[in-house]
Order: sequence, then structure tokens, then C-alpha cells
Amino acid sequence: MYPADLKYTRDHEWVRLQGGEAAVGITDFAQRQLGDIVYVELPEIGRQVKQGEVFGTIESVKAVSELFSPVSGEVLAINADLAAHPESVNAKPHEAWMIRLRPSAPAEANTLLDAQAYTEIAK
Amino acid sequence: MSSSSPAQLKKTPLNATHRARGARMVEFGGWDMPVEYSGITDEHLAVRTRAGLFDVSHMGEIELAGPGALEAVQWVTSNDASRLAVGQIQYSALTTDTGTFVDDLLVYRMGPEHYLFVVNAGNIMKDHEWIAAKVHGHGDVSVVNSSSRYALLALQGPASQAILQTLTGVDLAAIKYYWFATGEVASIRATISRTGYTGEDGFEVFVPPASAERLWTSVLAAGRDAGLIPCGLGARDTLRLEAAMRLCGSDMDDQTSVLEAGLGWIVGWKKHGFLGAERLREQKSGALARKLVPFEMKERAIARHGHPVVADGRAVGVVTSGTQTPYLKKAIGFAMVPLEMSALGTPLEIDIRGRKARAEVVAEPFYKRASKA
Repeated sequence: MYPADLKYTRDHEWVRLQGGEAAVGITDFAQRQLGDIVYVELPEIGRQVKQGEVFGTIESVKAVSELFSPVSGEVLAINADLAAHPESVNAKPHEAWMIRLRPSAPAEANTLLDAQAYTEIAK
Repeated sequence: MSSSSPAQLKKTPLNATHRARGARMVEFGGWDMPVEYSGITDEHLAVRTRAGLFDVSHMGEIELAGPGALEAVQWVTSNDASRLAVGQIQYSALTTDTGTFVDDLLVYRMGPEHYLFVVNAGNIMKDHEWIAAKVHGHGDVSVVNSSSRYALLALQGPASQAILQTLTGVDLAAIKYYWFATGEVASIRATISRTGYTGEDGFEVFVPPASAERLWTSVLAAGRDAGLIPCGLGARDTLRLEAAMRLCGSDMDDQTSVLEAGLGWIVGWKKHGFLGAERLREQKSGALARKLVPFEMKERAIARHGHPVVADGRAVGVVTSGTQTPYLKKAIGFAMVPLEMSALGTPLEIDIRGRKARAEVVAEPFYKRASKA
């Protein structure tokens, strides 16, 4: 269910650390809790975010939720496809990334959950 | 996430059916209700293009009967019930002494001296006590809370008539909008009402609670080939907002007058007086200070209930309902604003979590179904 190559937060974000970058999205559990997603508000490229800081908001038809960054770093890119197709977060939550960061404190990744630990939370 | 455990909440006769069929349940007005089945967008679009079935058994029924029934109904509600023939229905307000809302409701004329009110789930006890107290001295009438005697299913969408007709001998084409008939549906004694809260054609069917599950199952089976799906309260809310139908408790309450809610058309100005009539007349002749207006966002943002409407850096109004609607694919809503900001085309600024977003007053309804004529 939850890919082993991702790390997870207790706020239901995932992060994929690869090639010196961190791609961030929300988990399948989170998208199911939210329901049909209609809007994702993302930060400016170049912004510095801290671990646990709000970097955006995600809205379903019924609810609004904040997005918390799993790690600290500089925003390198945002997924512009989500503006036209926010529903891809529902369809493929673990592929529909929201931002890519350049991590400034790689050791922070050790504070995140692995797939097995996250599966216990997402029940 | 939920504060009340299901055990403390009231349940409709279909509660176990919803759970068994995998609906996502939430607390609404003290009831444990399905918020969605397949998803709000999917359900919303089904109702706009095919048909959807809702359990709205949480709605309350209060009946007024006796020789003074009409006098009593005229006194406690704002609309002119003398215009109702037996078998006819009207939208109305249960008003306070100052013309604000105790609740909004549908008034059914069941017989010459018998009326049935369909009221909001969270207000049943309050409404019943209010009516029982206020009709004193205004007609020889008995007031009965008969909510537990009815389950209520809403079949909504363009395919509704064709689906329901397969289950009943009642000629549905002969039931006009805001009229009802009695007869059998799936061999169950029923009141069939051409009403709804979606802006789409459809029927609301009242049956005894013990027969609710059989009706639910029969209607879903009858509509399967036509694309009928079960729906929850989430889609009911987005559908009613797209149709610019108000939600009492969200868009208006006991601090909002019927005129402030933009519902002058449900005030019977010519009838002999009712609770709050004087105050409403004053407002009509120039003392109206604010008004509920439909708005559309002019940039990518979704205003929600409670977001302030701002002007010159201060809050001058408030969003009462707001969402991104699945059919129109626009962010729309209602806001209570000063009268001078209520004209069509007036630009509004809404504070969405600290960010100012542009909106504009538009005409209602946001969505209107194509007329059959």
C-alpha cells in the first residue's frame, strides 16, 4: 500500500529523497480523508521552508487542509499540472508530487516514519 | 476528527444500510448521516445528468390539524398558506417576533384542515416547542411532532420520473412542481412530492420507517440501468448551493430576517399579519441594512463559511456558504453584505486565511436546469 521508498510524516505527507532532492506529496490516507480535491495552493519557487512549516493548502469540495513540509529546504519546483488537474492527487497520491525541495538538513529524514510505521498510523 | 461517537447520535432507519454499503458517515445536526458514497463530485454529476438517491429521513415532520389549522399556519409562517390547495406545497419561514428565522420549511396542505411542515433535522424539538407555544390564541389546532412516523427518500435528477414510474401506478407526470400525491411505491404506502434540494427535477417520497430499506433497495435496483447512484449529504450541499437554495443555520439564523436572506418572495404581504410582520414591513419600506448575495470568485481561491468580506481593511460582511462546485467548476457562495454592496456586479474582497481574494456579486441561481417546456 505505502511505497517503501518514501518517508512519511504524522501529518500524512510523504517525501521521496532522491538525487539530492526531496519531492513532497500527501498520502493515500490523506486523500481519502479529504475526498475530491479541487485546489492545491503551492508556494513560490525559491522560498525557504522549515521542517513542519506550512508550505501550502489543499482543498477538497468539503474541506481545507494545510500542507506541512517533511524536511527543511529551498523550493526548487512546484507541480504546475495540479492547477489544471488537482484530482490527480486522488487518483495517484504517491505520484502526484506538490513541491521539490533542496534539503538543507538531510539528517531530518531520520525523524520521519518508514512505510511500515506509517501504515500503523494510517488506520 | 469527530467529536461525538456514533452511539450518541440519532440514526435513520437506513443507518445500517449506509454502513454496510460503505458510505462515509459524519455527524450532521445530531444525526449519524452518510456524507458521501462514491465521492461528492461523482454524486453531484450523477444528479445533474442522471439521478441520485438520498436518505433525508433526518428531516423533521410537524403536523398542524384542526378547525383553526390555517389560522395557526398563517400566524407562525411568513408565506401565505391560504393560497395552497390540498395537495400543494410552499417554501416558507418559521419566523421570530422580529421576522428572523426560527427555521425554514416546506408547508404541505394535506387536507382542508391539516398541514404538514418539513423542517430541518437539528431544529425539530425547537420548532415543535416554538409552534406549540406561539399558536396559542391563534386557532383551534393541535400540533404534533410526527417525525418518527416518516422515513424520507429524495430521488433527484433528470431520470427520476422514469425510474420512479416503474415502481408506482401513480401518474407521476401529473404531479406538478411543488405538488404531491399519495399512493403506493414498490407496494409501500407513500406520499410522493415533486420537490427537492438540488435544483434538479425529482421526488421526495415519505414512507413508514419500517419500509425505508425496502424502498431504498427497490429504487436503486429500478434505476441501475439509468445510472442512478446513492448519494450523501456532501453532494446535497454542493447541489443546493449551485441552485442558490439557502441552508438555514449556515446562510441565515435567528439573527437574519427573511428580507435580509433575500427571500422577500416567501413573505405573504397581503395576509392578515404573522409573527415578525411589522419588522419586515419596516425593512421593506427602507430600513433594510444588509442582504445575502450570491457571489463568484474572480481568481483561483475558494471562500468558505465564516470568511470575512472586507472593505478598506475592515470586515464589513461574512461568507455564509462557499465551495468549488463540481458541475459549474466555479468557486461560488453566499455572503451577507451591507445593502450598498449588494447590487449585481459589485466587486467584493474576501479574506481567505489572510489572503485577500477578489469576488463579484452575481445573479442567482448559479445553476438553472433547462426547462422541459
